[in-house]
Amino acid sequence: MGIKVDDISFLYERGTAMQVTALDHVSAEIPDNQFIGLIGHTGSGKSTFVQTLNGLLKVTSGHIYYNGEDIDGDKFDKKKLRSDVGLVFQYPEHQLFEVDVISDVMFGPRNLGLSDAEAKKRALEALESVRMPKSLYKSSPFDLSGGQKRRAAIAGVLAMRPKILILDEPTAGLDPKGRDEILGLIAGMKKELNMTIILVSHSMDDVARYVDRIMVMGGGKLLYDDEPVKVFRHVTELEELGLAAPQITYIMKLLKERGLDVSSDALTVEEAAAEIMAHRRELHV
Amino acid sequence: MFDSITLGQYYQTDSVLHRLDPRVKLVGTFVYLISLFVVDSYVGYIVAALFLAAMIFLSNVPFRYIVRGMKTIVFLLLITVCFNLFLTPGEVIWQAWIFKITKEGLTFAIKMAVRLSLLILGSSIMTLTTTPTQLTDALESLLRPLKKLHVPVHEISMMMSIALRFIPILMEETDKIMKAQIARGADFESKNLIKKIKSMVPLLVPLFISAFRRANDLAMAMEARCYRGGEGRTKMKPLVYKANDRIAYLVLLAFAVVCILTRIYF
Repeated sequence: MGIKVDDISFLYERGTAMQVTALDHVSAEIPDNQFIGLIGHTGSGKSTFVQTLNGLLKVTSGHIYYNGEDIDGDKFDKKKLRSDVGLVFQYPEHQLFEVDVISDVMFGPRNLGLSDAEAKKRALEALESVRMPKSLYKSSPFDLSGGQKRRAAIAGVLAMRPKILILDEPTAGLDPKGRDEILGLIAGMKKELNMTIILVSHSMDDVARYVDRIMVMGGGKLLYDDEPVKVFRHVTELEELGLAAPQITYIMKLLKERGLDVSSDALTVEEAAAEIMAHRRELHV
Repeated sequence: MFDSITLGQYYQTDSVLHRLDPRVKLVGTFVYLISLFVVDSYVGYIVAALFLAAMIFLSNVPFRYIVRGMKTIVFLLLITVCFNLFLTPGEVIWQAWIFKITKEGLTFAIKMAVRLSLLILGSSIMTLTTTPTQLTDALESLLRPLKKLHVPVHEISMMMSIALRFIPILMEETDKIMKAQIARGADFESKNLIKKIKSMVPLLVPLFISAFRRANDLAMAMEARCYRGGEGRTKMKPLVYKANDRIAYLVLLAFAVVCILTRIYF
């Protein structure tokens, strides 16, 4: 079923001189079991958008339906929504607070009213999913490395067993190795756990490799919402928004301009390599 | 989540009051607060209220914005009024069970409510029209004579400006952590007091950690720029009195005199 977003807008500081339109009539559908990349420049409204999806921010106008029910309806159970739509914030490691990693991860399931045994079971599963070394389960979350902290925080949301997992810039502030680890982990979780994942990012390179669909936001509007290949055909427009297509797309485009008849739709280095190899006869070398 | 707290937050606009030297505004507020305790008659309160109304008009800050900030202190105001109303001994004019209202209590409660409201409005006019930086600059400059008594004036004002600067940052941080914990199913709206206190732990622990981290980063950044206290430190924008500031001092003096006169004659 998933989420249906119907013409929502959101204003900050409504009715004052500082009023800002963060979302401007956005409509979209988020089905089950899809890997979505949500891309936009800083201030494009992407963080606001994901916060409306689990009811943390109440939309100024428009409606959001979860499994067909209006989330602002009187009888709607927001707590259930928040456990079904898990949201991992930017720098999620700043929310850690417990004495050890496992209790911190158990915080979410406990809030759902589960027994300690069940909460622990879920926490262990979640820590397994984020590949946390077992030796660290009992250590203080503040003693972990940056990447480990982040994985512990993601596990904290995962332990609530969300059907839709939203990650807001999960790679921000990590080094390239940490970034690849987290992204690989998320892609792995997608395969293992069969859920919808929305990956918020401003980097096309991060997203292009993994997702089924890309939503591009700019100035509070949803500008593109399509398969990655089709979105990246709008390279010039994306650049005007301060975004860029993956680097490999540029290489393929240049090759094409120089006369090699390759398709410029390749998104990853591997795809590009295969495409070039297929056309190597034309390369008079 | 904290949108409603406008009490004393700087309101950016251009007005005569905004352009005044912060020292004038600081002294002015001080004089105003003292004069509220000097006057003791209805005439005096009317004078003080009119003066304040004129200041609000001059400040260009929308009246609605100022009043919205008052909402946060309504509770305090109510308690004060109740205490004065019911607990002042004197000539009884109304009685029910153990509660009795006296004539003295009634006048006292009204005066107290007016005085408190004027106090708070008066001081919020200053903070609404003066940035925290200007305010601490003014404080440092006014307290300079105390340096001779080895009072660390510069350090005090530096601490004040840092503390003020961090209020919005920490509020934003609180909002963020709160949202993150709500997303993990935390309940901050529970009416149960014990549950409410317990629910603060997931908020306060990360908040303290982040405050210490920020303090550490700031100390490092100050060190890196060779900050070593106020010794020999100069200002980019030194405070200089202009014609308007002198006029403002005269207006203040006139106001203070009028207040003292009402005390004597009414």
